[in-house]
Amino acid sequence: MATVVVNVALKPEILDPQGRAVSGALGRLGLTGITDVRQGKQFVLTLDGEVDSAKQTEIEKIAETLLSNPVIEDFTIEIYP
Amino acid sequence: MSIDTVTAASATPDTAQPFAELGLKADEYQSIREILDRRPTSSELAMYSVMWSEHCSYKSSKVHLRQFGDKVPKNDSMLVGIGENAGVVDIGHGWAVTFKVESHNHPSYVEPYQGAATGIGGIVRDIISMGARPVAVMDPLRFGDPENPDTRRVLTGIVSGIGGYGNCLGLPNIGGEIVFDPSYQGNPLVNALCVGTMKHKDIHLAKASGIGNAVILYGARTGGDGIGGVSILASETFDADGPAKRPSVQVGDPFMEKLLIECTLEVLHAGLVEGIQDLGGAGISCATSELASNGEGGMHVWLDRVLLRDSTLSPEEILMSESQERMCAVVEPSKIDAFMAVCKKWDVEAVVIGEVNNSGRLTVEWHGEEIVNVPPRSVAHDGPVYERPYARPDWMDVRQASGPENLKRPTTAAEVRQTWLTMTGTPNLASKTWVTSQFDRYVMGNTILAQPEDSGMIRVDEETGLGVAISTDCNARFAALDPYAGAQLAFAESYRNVAATGAVPLAVTNCLNFGSPEDPAVMWQFERAVTGLADACLELGTPVTGGNVSFYNQTGDVAIHPTPVIGVLGVIDDVERRTPMAWKKNGELIYLLGTTRDELAGSEWAHAIHKHLGGLPPVLDLSAERTLAEILVAGSRDGFFSAAHDVSDGGIAQTLVEMAMRSGIGARVAVPAELDAFVFLWSESATRAVVVVSPGRNDEFLAMCAAKSFPVAEIGVVASSSNSVELNGVFGETISLEISELRAISEATLPRLFG
Amino acid sequence: MTSRVGVVTFPGSLDDKDAARAIRIAGGLAVPLWHADADLHSVDAIVLPGGFSYGDYLRCGAIAKFAPVMEKLVDAANGGMPILGICNGFQILTESHLLPGALTRNDHLHFICRDQKLRIENNTSAWTGDFEIGQEILIPLKNGEGGYVADEKTLDELEAEGRVIARYLDLNPNGSRRDIAGITNARGNVVGIMPHPEHAVEKLTGPTTDGLGFFTSLLKSLVNDGAISV
Repeated sequence: MATVVVNVALKPEILDPQGRAVSGALGRLGLTGITDVRQGKQFVLTLDGEVDSAKQTEIEKIAETLLSNPVIEDFTIEIYP
Repeated sequence: MSIDTVTAASATPDTAQPFAELGLKADEYQSIREILDRRPTSSELAMYSVMWSEHCSYKSSKVHLRQFGDKVPKNDSMLVGIGENAGVVDIGHGWAVTFKVESHNHPSYVEPYQGAATGIGGIVRDIISMGARPVAVMDPLRFGDPENPDTRRVLTGIVSGIGGYGNCLGLPNIGGEIVFDPSYQGNPLVNALCVGTMKHKDIHLAKASGIGNAVILYGARTGGDGIGGVSILASETFDADGPAKRPSVQVGDPFMEKLLIECTLEVLHAGLVEGIQDLGGAGISCATSELASNGEGGMHVWLDRVLLRDSTLSPEEILMSESQERMCAVVEPSKIDAFMAVCKKWDVEAVVIGEVNNSGRLTVEWHGEEIVNVPPRSVAHDGPVYERPYARPDWMDVRQASGPENLKRPTTAAEVRQTWLTMTGTPNLASKTWVTSQFDRYVMGNTILAQPEDSGMIRVDEETGLGVAISTDCNARFAALDPYAGAQLAFAESYRNVAATGAVPLAVTNCLNFGSPEDPAVMWQFERAVTGLADACLELGTPVTGGNVSFYNQTGDVAIHPTPVIGVLGVIDDVERRTPMAWKKNGELIYLLGTTRDELAGSEWAHAIHKHLGGLPPVLDLSAERTLAEILVAGSRDGFFSAAHDVSDGGIAQTLVEMAMRSGIGARVAVPAELDAFVFLWSESATRAVVVVSPGRNDEFLAMCAAKSFPVAEIGVVASSSNSVELNGVFGETISLEISELRAISEATLPRLFG
Repeated sequence: MTSRVGVVTFPGSLDDKDAARAIRIAGGLAVPLWHADADLHSVDAIVLPGGFSYGDYLRCGAIAKFAPVMEKLVDAANGGMPILGICNGFQILTESHLLPGALTRNDHLHFICRDQKLRIENNTSAWTGDFEIGQEILIPLKNGEGGYVADEKTLDELEAEGRVIARYLDLNPNGSRRDIAGITNARGNVVGIMPHPEHAVEKLTGPTTDGLGFFTSLLKSLVNDGAISV
């Protein structure tokens, strides 16, 4: 059994109003020194068996066509184990 | 861990049971033992504890609510009366309308977003279980002091929750209220109203009839949401430190609810269902016991067939779970496949969990062992009925004696002008657009009127233009000064608001929000309010079709103001001739209908300017209220009103400001000779409306008022060349307020506080 | 013969009936298309309506793009069939890459429902022929995720090619880049618009009847293109 974590984030040039709202809230709570906050999404997929290179390609395709919108988002993939 | 079965319970009568932790009193626990002639199993104890909680059983309010049935006025339009999920009213042309308002107060203080969201979910399911398509929602909301930071937490969460859930369901939000009063600081009130429409033939009742019929549970899977929500949350007060108690609050999924609506309406219209019930407070315990009680009297349930989100749940937890977006249907065996096919089409999970029989018992088994065997009526209907002691508290004398006579009033034109500007921006009177623009008002394409109009109006039949109008109102300050009069005034205001748009008031729903029923003073307020409402409904011929009671709205010893929110529904035969509130044409004459007296007790002026509450509320003449409504409806029907707006909070000053802002063009108004300018502007006397008559129709209008002996006075004229509201006769001077200035002040308040 | 205009219903679509009403009022025949049915039923044009298809889960319109009906719709669009995506429909069109860019969360983070003034800037698309360039219209807007974004190159291209069909006036309600309220593809048959023309087709229920122009434009363009004979 394997776990795949796909982290999706807005591309740096896209406005992130939610991240900005969190940043404002941190400031109001008195936390200093945090200069930026970006909010993203995390998908945790549980798979039977192990992740060979064919599976990895499949997962990349899923990340690109479903889990993220490449027009405005980037993604990274982490595989465990 | 072994399951506590019926057999085991019979064999072990002395086992100690945690009835107190589940919210049951010792005598209630004894009753259960007597009903069953043995100790209850832990599953049965769970069922009784939720079903006999205040929120579900109405044990403290039943004896008083009976009046709505006893004093029901003769009325041909009632198709389904009190007792069902919601009342159903005939509106003509084969159409019927069902509507109801419910509370979700305590959950909304604990988790504002989800509390408000699931409140809408619950009331919408009540409406679809009557066989109706939900067509609109409204939200009477009450919060604490607007400057208190916790109010921001609560209000923004609740508004987001209402929008997040309601917008996704596709239900237009057509009205409601937003009221601020310190009385609600630790106890915000979130009441949710839903109205649905159907053809007469589609009316469905919640009963399980037909021996051998299947009981199908469909919708979302069952999880650990809100376990014990009803018994713990709604039946106990908060302590002064705030929401320390954080049991699992229900979490809503509006997309699932949307699928549930479509799926349910499709199975109903295809004739696949004998009875239907939604799962709300007390979940499966409630749905099965109510369906069984209302039908042939018996049902068997296989609890292990319930589809679970969390496989670790015990049978007791499954019975008590308040997971959202679930419904229960009773289906003839030959129609099960067709029913399941519709569910599959909508991607809604469904499973047969039970069967109707005539055993007279509700039995539940878990993997072959019987864990519940009870008479269903004892759970659902014949719960404890309390006659709680009630007594008028002595402090009412002091409260009623300390009227507003000595409060400093403006005595110059400049002071009046300044007061008018200040009042316009005060949170209770300020524009609510910042909130209401977060709700979709357009979806379904049948919204004729929405806030800030007097009542929300929906077109029901696109061919004929048949429509309904609804308003919800309550001035809790009036109720605090005199609960009997306050409830009647709330009803009168809602009745008047419906008539103001041209609809004939037909039926009433109510959401009665009070403190602890264990306090005789609160119980007295409740008894007085219910009696006042029942008496008024009888006199005006509009029956109460259903409603909701929310007790225990208090923090420590301090109860909220008694807040009987009254919803009135009316019908209009053609929405084309509704009366909106904005005047239109230069030269149209403006009239004040009704009598203005020096009645400032409980007024917004006394509250906002002087933080004063004392004296007696305005007098109310119900037969005059009926006459006013007749004039408002006739004027609409005969087309001689170009605009109408009721007079309530903030008096005529507020009425004029709202009409001017809505229309964008000015008016010249004069204080009637016999009245003091201050009283004219800010008195909150009842039974009044400002109307604007279409050119050439003035004689007709005045003749009608004379024929009905109803007081009317010409007070002004629409002046399109002006962009101000001008008032003559203010301590010998004329004052002028620019509409742009009024708008800027009115629209700035809520964004400043909560944006 | 009356033009057949399909309206797709996904689980969670909300304004499909309103789109059908608008088509009817304009003089067309509204044909309901079910998301799971890979068949366009001989329609001459299609409307992807507003709502919360699939609850807006994952991303607005992201799951809808995989519905069986969409494969057929994309082919038809590439073949020149007029397609109008309204609000959620616009989101589905960008997710399907029939239109460039994407729709993101409103910059002020609130859902907003208001009567919105727009300026029409293109009247050669299949859905805007009945308007004048520069015409100002007032139609309802209601969304939480209506901020149109695209990279600078794409935005410049849209402007240069006159493919911005409508722009927000008086107030930008959601942070859309360059105040863009609606765009069209190069061919002019696929249009996406964030505000709701279908809610401005009756005096009784809308702020104006300015929205009707989108639907009358379509019907005229079908006649002109010889797609159907009157």
